[in-house]
Amino acid sequence: MKALVAMSGGVDSSVAAALMLEAGHDVIGVTVKQWQGPDGSLPVTGCCTVSDAEDARSVADRLGVPYYVLDHVEEFTRQVVDRFGAEYLAGRTPNPCIECNRRVRFGILFERMESLGCDVLVTGHHARVVGESGDRKLLRAKDRSKDQSYVLHMLDQSRLDRIRFPIGGMTKDDVRDRASGLGLRTATKPDSQDLCFVAGDYRDFIRERFTEADRPGMVVDVDGAVLGEHSGTTGFTIGQRKGLGVAVGEPLFVISIEPEAGTVVVGPRTALLTDGCSLEEMSWIAGRAPDDPAVAIQLRYRSEAVSARLVRTAEGWDAWFDDPQEAVAPGQAGVVYRGDEVLGGGTIVAALQGAPA
Amino acid sequence: MAPYLGDSFGNPSGIHAVSRVAKAALEEARERAAVLLGADHPLDVVFTGGGTESDNLGVAGPSLASGGGVVTTTVEHQAVLETAAFLRRLGQSVAVIEVDSAGLVDPLQVASAVGSETAVVSVMTANNETGVRQPVRQIAVAAKEAYPEVLIHTDAVQAFVSEEATLASLGADLVTLSAHKFGGPKGVGLLHVRRGVPLEPVLHGGGQEIGRRSGTHNVAGIVGMVSAMEAAVKDRDRFRADVGAARDGFEARLATAEPDVIFTTPGAARLIQHSHFRIPGIDAETLLIRLDGLGVAAAAGSACHSGAIEISHVLMAMGLEEEAARSSVRFSFGWTSRPGDGELAAAAVVECVEAIR
Repeated sequence: MKALVAMSGGVDSSVAAALMLEAGHDVIGVTVKQWQGPDGSLPVTGCCTVSDAEDARSVADRLGVPYYVLDHVEEFTRQVVDRFGAEYLAGRTPNPCIECNRRVRFGILFERMESLGCDVLVTGHHARVVGESGDRKLLRAKDRSKDQSYVLHMLDQSRLDRIRFPIGGMTKDDVRDRASGLGLRTATKPDSQDLCFVAGDYRDFIRERFTEADRPGMVVDVDGAVLGEHSGTTGFTIGQRKGLGVAVGEPLFVISIEPEAGTVVVGPRTALLTDGCSLEEMSWIAGRAPDDPAVAIQLRYRSEAVSARLVRTAEGWDAWFDDPQEAVAPGQAGVVYRGDEVLGGGTIVAALQGAPA
Repeated sequence: MAPYLGDSFGNPSGIHAVSRVAKAALEEARERAAVLLGADHPLDVVFTGGGTESDNLGVAGPSLASGGGVVTTTVEHQAVLETAAFLRRLGQSVAVIEVDSAGLVDPLQVASAVGSETAVVSVMTANNETGVRQPVRQIAVAAKEAYPEVLIHTDAVQAFVSEEATLASLGADLVTLSAHKFGGPKGVGLLHVRRGVPLEPVLHGGGQEIGRRSGTHNVAGIVGMVSAMEAAVKDRDRFRADVGAARDGFEARLATAEPDVIFTTPGAARLIQHSHFRIPGIDAETLLIRLDGLGVAAAAGSACHSGAIEISHVLMAMGLEEEAARSSVRFSFGWTSRPGDGELAAAAVVECVEAIR
């Protein structure tokens, strides 16, 4: 089999490439250049830096596989970064990694894999794919602390047929051990944490790049009473407690953000609780919704899935939680699980109160 | 070259016997180069660290020496364009003349930009991407008619292997050459400077090369370069016949098998070793990676620091649309190419194009 391995310069994709090679496949390594500094060079901080590309090249060289850097800056900028800004502008809390997976990694790069005559696209994601063609299942990673299945929920059967996650069944420690055993220089490289295209605080990035997204306005309580002013909505995220700039007797949290007016609504912790959420752009791994509406839904990248019941609506789906949940942020993905299996997911468009009609 | 990396390791600027051996080798190489280039005096040959350095010295040297500006073209190598940009930042006047759709610059247009404030005109002998030959001699005549004291620099890096490229043949005052383009080692080049042309050095230090280029001499590299120069000049007729046949065979076969092929500069005078074309709908990057897999090394645009392909400024200057530029590839044939190699290379292109489709 001929495998196109997306190599970020990190330890996970390095080992993914090594494992494909060990399994006897032909491997081509690529790094997607998706972001650049003002002068067109790769950034020097954050992810996708010059040194990351050099790390990937070094690993490919060590493994003896051809390696290329593919330039998709334009598509990434348009499809991921600009969308990220537009979402913020609309007062939502976007997850750009999901858009990148949907549109760049498993969109453009998947097509590139096909046009290069490769059979599979391989990444270093921590997730597992099991089952036969036509009935592939996406499962959480063996290393639950590194599980990335949440950001992969948009994959479908035709994609899963031609995608491999070789390290999904390994713990991070296993991955690092394999990397050092192979003498790969990425073995001890720290995990990347931040958004790859943001060096530093993402709020500063939004302020600089999408100046109109940052609206000054009032901080109000849930009844609309003005508690103070703020210098820009970008500084706030739903569920945030610190840095609100107002003080009353009890701890306050950001409940919602109204971007047009520039209003930030704050309230007590209990006001964060919601009974459900509406989801749009739902996709299902199996190609259709589950028969049993009792599922678990994960509302943020790093949180536990919670029990919920799915209800079909005119626009999409509503998920009603068995127990009220805090800080449901429109723009984040709602990913539907049953046990370790990802059933599908979509974008949270609204928090819901009450009970299904 | 080998002796000067071994027993005869001396620094030619030293005082003892080992140094004298190196100094003798260096000066003998300079004399041989001067003969090949028809130089008035061996010291007209300035040894450098390659084409980029020679271009820097050839453009900035006269400009900084006289305080005059630069006239150049949009299709020059980055070594010239970036040097011109640097001089502009220092306050010099810089005019960058546009080219036609074949990448050719009009001598009268160059001349009209030349005035008493101009120190140097820099126009390449032949383009490194397309191989298109500029009318350097006519440009020199027209520019000197406009302002007799203006100096003419030309980057002949690409041309020298297959064309006579001397001060006399080009009507130039400064000629840049780079060893690896005619079979010599990488990282060594020369600037042939007409007697009496004032040059401000761009590398400052111990004053080697009679003050025009400081830095310890790369003796082995210089000796290797001059031997390669002699061999290349001696081999030129054979090179033109064999390599020209390979290139022509390549293009004929390609045009027959892929009637959609668009050659970038039909009809323009160009070097016999270059072929530049696109096949609409076939992405250059994908084609090059597939060709690499078949053992065929071709190029597109220019490789940036990360190794990603960047859109060619040359093609953009010629007015190609971005999509056309992204499909354009360059084949260069060299001294190891035999007449039949062209057909083999064309067959590889056809195989890849069919697989991509």
